[in-house]
Amino acid sequence: MSSGLPTLPARQIENLLASYGNAVARRRRQSILVLGTLAVLAVAASRFAEVDIAHLLHHLSGLTSYFGRILPKLRSDHLTGDIADWYWNALGWLKLLFDTVLIAYLATFTAATAAGAMAFLAAANVAPSGILRWCVKRLFEFCRTVPDLVFALIFVSAFGLGPLAGILAIGIHSFGALGKLFTEVAENIEMNPVEAVRSTGGRFADIVRFGALPQVLPNFASYALLRFEINVRASSIVGFVGAGGIGQDLFVAIRKFYYTDVSAILLMIIVTVSLIDLITERIRHRLAPVEHVP
Amino acid sequence: MVSIGVLGLALFSLWWLGISFRQLGSGLAELGKFLGLMLPPSTGGHLWLFVKAMSETLAIAFLGTLIAAILAAPLALLAAKNTTPSPVLRFLIRRFLDCLRGIDTLIWALVFVGTVGLGPFAGVLAIAVSDTGSFGKLFSEAIEATQKRERETVIACGGGPWISIRFGLLPQVLPIIAGQILYFFESNTRSATIIGIVGAGGIGLQLSEQIRTYDFDRVAFIVLMILAVVAVIDWISGKLRFAIIGRRQALA
Repeated sequence: MSSGLPTLPARQIENLLASYGNAVARRRRQSILVLGTLAVLAVAASRFAEVDIAHLLHHLSGLTSYFGRILPKLRSDHLTGDIADWYWNALGWLKLLFDTVLIAYLATFTAATAAGAMAFLAAANVAPSGILRWCVKRLFEFCRTVPDLVFALIFVSAFGLGPLAGILAIGIHSFGALGKLFTEVAENIEMNPVEAVRSTGGRFADIVRFGALPQVLPNFASYALLRFEINVRASSIVGFVGAGGIGQDLFVAIRKFYYTDVSAILLMIIVTVSLIDLITERIRHRLAPVEHVP
Repeated sequence: MVSIGVLGLALFSLWWLGISFRQLGSGLAELGKFLGLMLPPSTGGHLWLFVKAMSETLAIAFLGTLIAAILAAPLALLAAKNTTPSPVLRFLIRRFLDCLRGIDTLIWALVFVGTVGLGPFAGVLAIAVSDTGSFGKLFSEAIEATQKRERETVIACGGGPWISIRFGLLPQVLPIIAGQILYFFESNTRSATIIGIVGAGGIGLQLSEQIRTYDFDRVAFIVLMILAVVAVIDWISGKLRFAIIGRRQALA
């Protein structure tokens, strides 16, 4: 009984199946090549990185017991007392957390202002000089690539212990990161207002102030807020090397095995970062609805 | 109005944190001295040691990123609205990923040094764990941004849920995910350079040692080396992204 569906002659079906098979086979060869390269690289890297799976499994129990030890003993009948014990230094830590947030704020503020001004020197559409543009772009790259902790180490040597080193370190790194983002924003503006100011005889400063700035401010502010959120995370770390903030206490607690202090401080850091995440996201939604993840 | 508040907060912070201009001035003078010491950069005869440490750093970054990507994939499927079997599970997985992400890689490095000992293995684990959190979030957002239609088509042709993911979901998210993985690999190379400071392997240890002993010419050399390596990785990842996504999107 023949069905109602039209069918192709057998030879055409063979050809179609063959070309489909070829296409699939080619894709498969590509995937195998990629996966093979990854596997070879992974094995080579494991040699370099002294990866030892047996070692890990042996110590895995150590990892879980570590987490067991840092969690506090909270009994339901002594709950308030236990929490008071756990957070014995709550006020001290809160002050340090406040310091930490302020360090991030100052760093982001100075970085955003400086980067905002210099981004226009690096933007292809308004830059007054090609050489200057190249220099500024290299400056941004340098500040961005060197990790902020490296700057922090050097600055603690130069400026001494305390928040100044941290602010400068995070600030310089943010200057580079924001500089790159701001330059991209500046290069994507509408040129009409810029042309208008230029045609009335405006100099570079006027072009930037009246032609470009009004367009880019919402985007600049949005990226600055994103950077602030990242910097709060960073500033809770620079204390490790003595650059201020809660990192110092956290480092001491981990190194001296004050287990419950570790969880207390970590929890505070996580809550603070999440809060700042939420607040900055709210503000950013009102500013610039479309931007790519940096 | 807003700008006055922003500026006011900045001035308040300066006061609260006790930043003085004298400290700034004397520090800048010191910094000037350091810059003088940095030129010319030199290896102090330890070139091979630094190169070995740098390749250790690269290995740490590579493995950490790879492991994180592998671990994050199933977690992302569970964390995305359109592929999760249960909203409660989704909520729990998302909070779990947030915890992984929220704890900085350096802190994880300290924890792992405490458990598996000093050395690059701790670094690999630290990067793997914290990146699993980041990847989990990013991948799940990419999955949530996909179209339903492709998967519905596969299911309409008789495919099961796994087949529909393989042919309906994967082709859409793979370019985005690959781009994110490459971006994080570059970022992780930089993170890997500093976790050495707490003993988790790589060039960080050398770096902090040379800073501590005021051997700033070697510091300059190491920093230049890091810059060069990151630039190379940036270039390679750009090329790879081009190959995967195509010219226009790769430049975005």
